[in-house]
Amino acid sequence: MDLHELEAIAERELAQRPRLRILYCSATGCQASGALEIKRRLESLLAETGRQVEVDVGAVGCLGLCGRGPIVRIEPSGETFEHVKPDDAAEIIAALDGHSCDVARCDQNHPFFTRQMLIVRRHCGLINPDRIEDYIAVGGYRSLYHVIHEMTPAEVINAITRSGLRGRGGAGYPTGLKWATVAKSPGERKFVICNADEGDPGAFMDRSILESDPHLVLEGMAIAAYAVGAEQGFIYVRGEYPLAIERLQKAIAQARRHGLLGAQIFESGFNFRVDIRVGAGAFVCGEETALIASIEGRRGQPRPRPPYPAESGLWGMPTLINNVETFANVTAIIEKGPEWYSSIGTEKSKGTKIFALTGKIRNTGLIEVPMGITLREIVEEMGGGTPDGSPVKAVQTGGPSGGCIPASLFDTPVDYESLAAVGSIMGSGGMVVMDAHTNMVDVARFYMEFCKDESCGKCIPCRVGTVQLFNMLTKLRNGQAKPSDLSKIEELCELMRETSLCGLGQSAPNPVLSTLHYFRHEYEQLIGAEGNHGS
Amino acid sequence: MAAKTLTIDGHLVSARPGETLLAAIREAGITIPTLCHLDGLSDVGACRLCLVEIEGQRRLQPACMTMVSEGMVVHTNTPRLQAYRRQIIELLFAERNHVCAVCVASGNCELQRLAGMVGMDHVRYEYLSPDCPVDISHARFGIDHNRCVLCTRCVRACDEIEGVHTWDVAGRGVDARVITDMNQPWGTSTTCTSCGKCLLACPTGAIFPRGVTVGERPHASERIALIVDARKQRW
Repeated sequence: MDLHELEAIAERELAQRPRLRILYCSATGCQASGALEIKRRLESLLAETGRQVEVDVGAVGCLGLCGRGPIVRIEPSGETFEHVKPDDAAEIIAALDGHSCDVARCDQNHPFFTRQMLIVRRHCGLINPDRIEDYIAVGGYRSLYHVIHEMTPAEVINAITRSGLRGRGGAGYPTGLKWATVAKSPGERKFVICNADEGDPGAFMDRSILESDPHLVLEGMAIAAYAVGAEQGFIYVRGEYPLAIERLQKAIAQARRHGLLGAQIFESGFNFRVDIRVGAGAFVCGEETALIASIEGRRGQPRPRPPYPAESGLWGMPTLINNVETFANVTAIIEKGPEWYSSIGTEKSKGTKIFALTGKIRNTGLIEVPMGITLREIVEEMGGGTPDGSPVKAVQTGGPSGGCIPASLFDTPVDYESLAAVGSIMGSGGMVVMDAHTNMVDVARFYMEFCKDESCGKCIPCRVGTVQLFNMLTKLRNGQAKPSDLSKIEELCELMRETSLCGLGQSAPNPVLSTLHYFRHEYEQLIGAEGNHGS
Repeated sequence: MAAKTLTIDGHLVSARPGETLLAAIREAGITIPTLCHLDGLSDVGACRLCLVEIEGQRRLQPACMTMVSEGMVVHTNTPRLQAYRRQIIELLFAERNHVCAVCVASGNCELQRLAGMVGMDHVRYEYLSPDCPVDISHARFGIDHNRCVLCTRCVRACDEIEGVHTWDVAGRGVDARVITDMNQPWGTSTTCTSCGKCLLACPTGAIFPRGVTVGERPHASERIALIVDARKQRW
């Protein structure tokens, strides 16, 4: 494979593509609401009229507005339909021919779409995730070619550093610095790991990327491997994502067949092989040292850091471990340059971030927005507020490690530092919107139940602390708590934050602490509920 | 490599490079509580009792897994650390069914000693009182999960010294249990050599010899280190 062959594939692909196309979202959300039945109906209708060659019915990745699926788009007009039913197939074909049609249309001028800035999701909804030719036709694997033939590993790392990209898994560690550390750490072999063990309740950004554009992640990993000097990569993806696993497997096989992964990529001396490891359902395996233990075939438990994986990771070798979304940003930085990338976002948080907007919100789905946008713009303008129009009470970011931000702070810009300053975290991108019907003690209790079930049991503060906190919150919820219990809850939260072994236990108290900080009266009301027993 | 000089609780202490902070702290004559650490076994940093404050580091670090470095300034016994250690012991006592008054290991138990050491005179947390089994299917030994603290010293002794890995951990969170082989009765284990190293390593009365009261036998965890040393000298 060389650049000419790559271009030839792209040209061939574009030349044979029919002008008329009906594209349906084939990601998990739309499949669950019946996208495949719609596809069958469209195909059989077209076959009846002998138009199956003239009109292409194609699968594409996630179109974003998951709450209104199944979603279908027609080309060349670009009209997008929502809540499509199999019976709408005839109408959609009519619309393709320019006739009027009664199927509900997505308003493409809604802020939900217009306020987005697509970098990671730029191909989502345009390409078929099962076909490498589609990815090559939109410019895929050009960045990898450019990197291998025209840049040194140090130049690649320098570009990533200058772009200001930070880890999208939640903690926001500078990506360039991590790559440089791995590149400089001595070791016989080095590894690149993509962390696709997305597990926060209400978060599905990484799943959508893998289901919609798997080659984007593979290309990003290959560029990283070239930069740090690794020849073996692993994608650790959770077993609950069968479609993502299937598409990744296909993508890896296609890339290998085309000489874009494997030995002597682009006829250079660079080799890079990628294998998939499927998680067995433990949330803690998203923690990097537990994830590494799991790949090694051991019990998925974290170990104290240092040493960090960059120094001593998989089988004791220097290991680069980044999140799906981080790798998905790489090709855009190489393609358009670090200066372009760092011009987006705030001073310390560059680029865009994908959020999964869920909960009491009108427009449920995935949005990719530039860093620095305010919560108000996301929740009220893009999300459209609550479905019944009642005021939004709070938004929970960062899952079980994050916190609840009250509506009074919705002018907070979304960047790593600002969210931390208000007691939450950026996290991996889950954003759960709550209205007045949500009791904040229930929210805290829900997340504590999650942490108690997902604690690995290795260290005492997390193993027993989560259960004790959960029991105390349950007592509180049932009106059986004493006023002194609040300080006991706070004391235990401090113990867990300061002494737990890994991020799971250290951040497990965050949902409790943030709701106690902003909604303390809801806790106090529950103590008053059964009469004040204590002094 | 040159020896390192560090400050522990205000005293200047020298240490060998590559030595753990715990070793340096002990050599300086300072006692800090430990539970999952056992001389002769690898460290896991799980019990969090040996956490210390290191100046310039945001997070507390486990002394057993932190390497000494030149100029390190360490505090091992601040009021904050004392409070955390006591809380951790309280959590342990509340987790399973540790009732010293009726326990055969009373007077011969590291957990009991630790409670005295950190000044834990009562437990402020609700007892979880789990329903834990006792396995006496093995001819010579038994395990009472009510007294297990999940320190995994038996797991490591079996794996690292005896080399058979009969023991492991199954389950998550408070439901985690040490198990033999494929989570089957100990007596049916096909890998167990009945060497008794797990018994030596156990800090409480969880693993016990059958036919002998725990009070009759001396607490002998230090023998694990002797075995390791003896092997080193011979080779």
